[in-house]
Amino acid sequence: MNSTITSQDIVVRLRDIGKTFPGVVANHDVNIDLRAGTVHAIVGENGAGKSTLMKILYGVQKPDSGTIEVNGKQVTLLSPADAIAAGVGMVFQHFMLADNLTVLENVVLGAEKMHGIGDGARKRIAEISKSYGLDLDPDVLVEDLGVGARQRVEILKVLYRGAKIIILDEPTSVLVPQEVDELFDNLRDLKAEGLAVIFISHKLDEVLSVADEVTVIRRGATIDTVDAKSVNSRQLAEMMVGSELPNPSTETSTVTDRVVLEVKDMNLPGPSRALLTDISLTIHAGEILGIAGVEGNGQAELVESIMGIRHGATGVVALGGRDLSHASTRDRREAGIGYIPEDRQRHGLLLDAPLWENRILGHQTREPNVNGPLIDRAAARKDTQRIIEEYDVRTPGIDVLARALSGGNQQKLIVGREMASDPVLLIASHPTRGVDVGAQAAIWSHIKRARRDGLAVLLISADLDELIGLSDTIRVILRGKLVGEFDPATVTPAMLGSAMTGADA
Amino acid sequence: MSERLRANKFLFGNDGMKSPRNTKLALAIGAPVLALLAAFLITSLVLILAGDDVGGVWGQILSFPTHRGYVNIINSATVYYLSAVAVAIGFRMNLFNIGVDGQYRVAAFAAAVVAGEGWLPGYFNTALAMVAAVLVGAAWAGIAGLLRVTRGVSEVISTIMLNAIATALVAYLLRKAAVENPGSNITATKEVPEGSRIGGFTLFGDVPATVYGMVLLAVAVGFAYWFIINKTRFGFDLRATGASETAAVSSGINVKKMIIISMLLSGGAAGLVGLPLLFGNDYAYGSTFQSGLGFAGIAIALLGRNHPIGIALGALLFAFLDEQSNPLQILLDVSPDIVKITQGTIVLTVVIAYEVVRRYGVRIEQRRVSSALDDEPATEGASA
Amino acid sequence: MSVVTDAIAAAPAAAKKLSYGWVMIGLAALLVLFSALRVITGADDLASSGTLRATLVAAIPIGLAGLGGLWSERAGIVNIGLEGMMILGTFGAGYFGYFYGPWQGVVGAILLGAAGGLLHAVATVIFGVDHIVSGVAINIIALGAVQYLAALAFTGVPGGGQTQSPSIDKLPEFTVTALSDPLGDIEGKDWFVVSDVAAVLRALVTNLSILTVLCLLLFGLTFWLLWRTSFGLRLRSCGESPAAAESLGVNVIRYKFIAVLISGGLAGLGGGFLALVASSTFREGQTGGRGYIGLAAMIFGNWRPGGLLAGAGLFGYTDTLRLRGGGESIHGLLLLVAVALVLMAVWQIRKARKVAGAVTLGIGIVIGLWYFFSDSIPEDLTGMTPYVTTLLVLALFSQRLRMPAADGKPYRKGSAG
Repeated sequence: MNSTITSQDIVVRLRDIGKTFPGVVANHDVNIDLRAGTVHAIVGENGAGKSTLMKILYGVQKPDSGTIEVNGKQVTLLSPADAIAAGVGMVFQHFMLADNLTVLENVVLGAEKMHGIGDGARKRIAEISKSYGLDLDPDVLVEDLGVGARQRVEILKVLYRGAKIIILDEPTSVLVPQEVDELFDNLRDLKAEGLAVIFISHKLDEVLSVADEVTVIRRGATIDTVDAKSVNSRQLAEMMVGSELPNPSTETSTVTDRVVLEVKDMNLPGPSRALLTDISLTIHAGEILGIAGVEGNGQAELVESIMGIRHGATGVVALGGRDLSHASTRDRREAGIGYIPEDRQRHGLLLDAPLWENRILGHQTREPNVNGPLIDRAAARKDTQRIIEEYDVRTPGIDVLARALSGGNQQKLIVGREMASDPVLLIASHPTRGVDVGAQAAIWSHIKRARRDGLAVLLISADLDELIGLSDTIRVILRGKLVGEFDPATVTPAMLGSAMTGADA
Repeated sequence: MSERLRANKFLFGNDGMKSPRNTKLALAIGAPVLALLAAFLITSLVLILAGDDVGGVWGQILSFPTHRGYVNIINSATVYYLSAVAVAIGFRMNLFNIGVDGQYRVAAFAAAVVAGEGWLPGYFNTALAMVAAVLVGAAWAGIAGLLRVTRGVSEVISTIMLNAIATALVAYLLRKAAVENPGSNITATKEVPEGSRIGGFTLFGDVPATVYGMVLLAVAVGFAYWFIINKTRFGFDLRATGASETAAVSSGINVKKMIIISMLLSGGAAGLVGLPLLFGNDYAYGSTFQSGLGFAGIAIALLGRNHPIGIALGALLFAFLDEQSNPLQILLDVSPDIVKITQGTIVLTVVIAYEVVRRYGVRIEQRRVSSALDDEPATEGASA
Repeated sequence: MSVVTDAIAAAPAAAKKLSYGWVMIGLAALLVLFSALRVITGADDLASSGTLRATLVAAIPIGLAGLGGLWSERAGIVNIGLEGMMILGTFGAGYFGYFYGPWQGVVGAILLGAAGGLLHAVATVIFGVDHIVSGVAINIIALGAVQYLAALAFTGVPGGGQTQSPSIDKLPEFTVTALSDPLGDIEGKDWFVVSDVAAVLRALVTNLSILTVLCLLLFGLTFWLLWRTSFGLRLRSCGESPAAAESLGVNVIRYKFIAVLISGGLAGLGGGFLALVASSTFREGQTGGRGYIGLAAMIFGNWRPGGLLAGAGLFGYTDTLRLRGGGESIHGLLLLVAVALVLMAVWQIRKARKVAGAVTLGIGIVIGLWYFFSDSIPEDLTGMTPYVTTLLVLALFSQRLRMPAADGKPYRKGSAG
């Protein structure tokens, strides 16, 4: 398939790269050729091993096997310094910037010998900033910059060091659509200058719009490299998953007319602009309400305000007619809200506690975990065992620390726990993010089953197929406002996409 | 500070499976033993470099104590134990109460004043003084808790400052409350009336020294600590907050409230630290009242890994080292302060040993999980 | 450990950096204020050159300890072992100062302090021990080690004993006579402001130990090294974002290690200053918690050398007044604090922060009443000044303090990305 591209020079050649962490194979049999003057996308599911591979190429991790050639010479990259010397630069998914230092200081750090740390450097930064349209003032503190500008600082850092090979790890995940467009313009400029860009993403439409070649990674290994013009996103997705995509197909409606959750006129002020504006929504028993939106448009704030975790929101939150606007998080949970948080490791689990203690978390005032003011250890353990069996949590036992489980099994435990106390409302934030396909299908079927039993679900997801497949109603959130309502039976991802970016608002 | 001391907060009270249980036990015992050996080695090195008689020093320290020595060891371990439990309450919650040192001195002073006044008869007076001590200790720690939740001031810094303020405040108040004591240049509060003192147990007929009656208080506090932390909902909330503040918030725990409550509890326990001395030995608070117990408590809580039995062993070890080193000056012309080097070094080596063991344990467990599920090597988590 | 915990602190206000001009104006205003205070309260010792010289001597050990803290925390390692490192420094100065000479004493103080720093660096940087735990351990070890070593070194030495060294030779001192005497005359005239300026200048040119001057230079040197060289940029980046630094090829472990060693050396020098300049013997317990005051001064100074120097000066000043004028001088300061707090309360209330304003106003009024209904502050209480000040600064300005972002966080190699 890749026979169409032969003309350019290969600048990076990865052969048979392998890397194993204790108990986990992160990469094996990875083979990639990167050509000058191209954007080469690497796609794969969350956890497929993309980030580890890039850390290997940037010298942060050492491969256990395989060879790396840069510009025809085999290299050993033991540290980022080695990679930089070889002309490789990396823009990390989570920005590697010191907030309390200026743009200049962040850029020259580690490369002070090139142009000093004073006016020489300042001049050089201005030049690069101008020629690539980065629009950055060297003497501003990074903490005063927005997300898009911070990413440009990262790119500036790489260019300042004269890198010819630039790795961008999930660069669009934090950007709003206009910023994505600006970024892609910047990438085309880089390409025109003969630089090679590695673009890591799992957003296939973006990949197809900017990349020349696409390499698919699945379970740590490269599956194939294809010409971006010759594939569509459905084909890519199937290569990523390795089979027909599991489809969260909608079933017959179970929506009742009994209102479970009612949010009225919720407003949440923020430091510079409002985080939530006039949010009103209703979820009925047996209904799944999906919220679509580009990340960072108020989803997290909405969920946390409904849960009572974030304070400061005005308006009414009522559950089954009971006003919970001023209730504590615990009261809200006791009133029947189950919660699958977005970041399961930080918000959903005690990583260094055994599974049965994690079973108690969030339910420490309820049966079967407690007996008056005391913890009922035996009953909690028994119920944990039940969850493990019913929800197919793969673990040797309930005394294993939560940290030792894989992401999918951690998530299944959380789902089982939240379902255990018969909630009337489930708030599920990205419930299948970063879990394997098997766990994803299992979690979907649990949610659907609970819906049939009359559960109301608020589903937040960045996966549009998941939203369309599961939801009874989809609403779109943009800059803290609910801007559109769609029927999943008729909506397409493209329609949702343009609503999410405000194109047709 | 999220990572601090989190290691194996939950380890105890954990049944484990059959074979891992033995591994865990071996690791749990192996770490402190290794740490002790390392500390002894380092101390020996110092002795050798200084040209002191290494064999003689260890010969004295590791000999069997005298009968009087046994009594002294139990007595000072009692005081150490209370201090370490106070520190451990904070540790369990990921709070670093460095201020136990100040809290117990302010509280002991308050108790001494109350007891000295003797407003109530007999043991009622003792009880009143104890209540005063707990309240004052809790209040002093509560300042740090309040600053933390309302102003975001780290409890480490505020309790360091409060320790120093306590020193100055107690010195000032002591001067006001002091009674004339002809023939002595020690300023002290009024003595506790005879009827309010707590008698001791005679352990050995051949020595007059007795074990503090308040040793029972230490046992009760230790039991209460174990019970509350491990068996109650409140204890679960406290441990969960210590293990992950973010997860605690999501689970419905009011973290600010927990910070205040656990600082109050820690300070209340700290308030008890001086009482065995006050009612069993000194009978008044004076300028020579034992200081520095709070810092020893930090060391012992770390050594005993916040576990009630572990802390007891740690307290006995520290008391043993103190007692056995006393005669060194007379016997060998070696300053007994050498054991402070040992004690301080233990703190470092024990923390290092526990961390090494923890990492090793996590690796073993991950391997066990993936070998138990040999169907698929999980690929996720690799990017974490 | 962080001084201000992010989870709970409100969003940090974007604090405007103080420009050099404002600092100068502030200093001038302070001088006028003190002149006025001297005249109003009649506490003449508030601003005599003797007081100021003593302040300098009292401030430098505090400042050096704080500077040690600054180096370490700028690289992301919290150092509450400063007290222990200072204690080691006092002994180093005593031992090498007595047996080999005062300059050797200076070197000995630095080396022993750095040895404490080495221990802290090995524990925190290499083994990843919690910074506070390591600091506590070092304070215990240093105290024990110095007591043990002092007994070993000075027992039986003429003029020495188990807990103190014999007297150590003085380091050279100098006086710029051409300036000192005329300035003394002006100071004696009691002119408003003018005499106070003269007092300040005279303190800076009379009977100064060379070590005092060298130590003062260290503050400027620190600023230059940390903020004007690439070495400093790398070191600070380790305290702000070690992952970013590592991703750019900075050897984070090495810079943290160096920073903590220097930190120990500075704290040790602070201890040595106590033994060599502030007195002329080593005595057990000589530091009197100055390591902690240094830490307080560093926080007061917002982790910057200039602010730290101001903090050390303030704390040294109160310490001096305590020793010289006793309670009366400090009593005069109460009025100043009361007025400042009331002004701040007004500002807070105008900014619609009613509760904070009310609390501040309350504290201000209490202190004001205390001033009017008493004649003097008991000596025991004046010792609290640095600590109470620091607590107040933390409580009132915690949103404006800016500690290094990764301060106190454990770092392991390979954390980039």
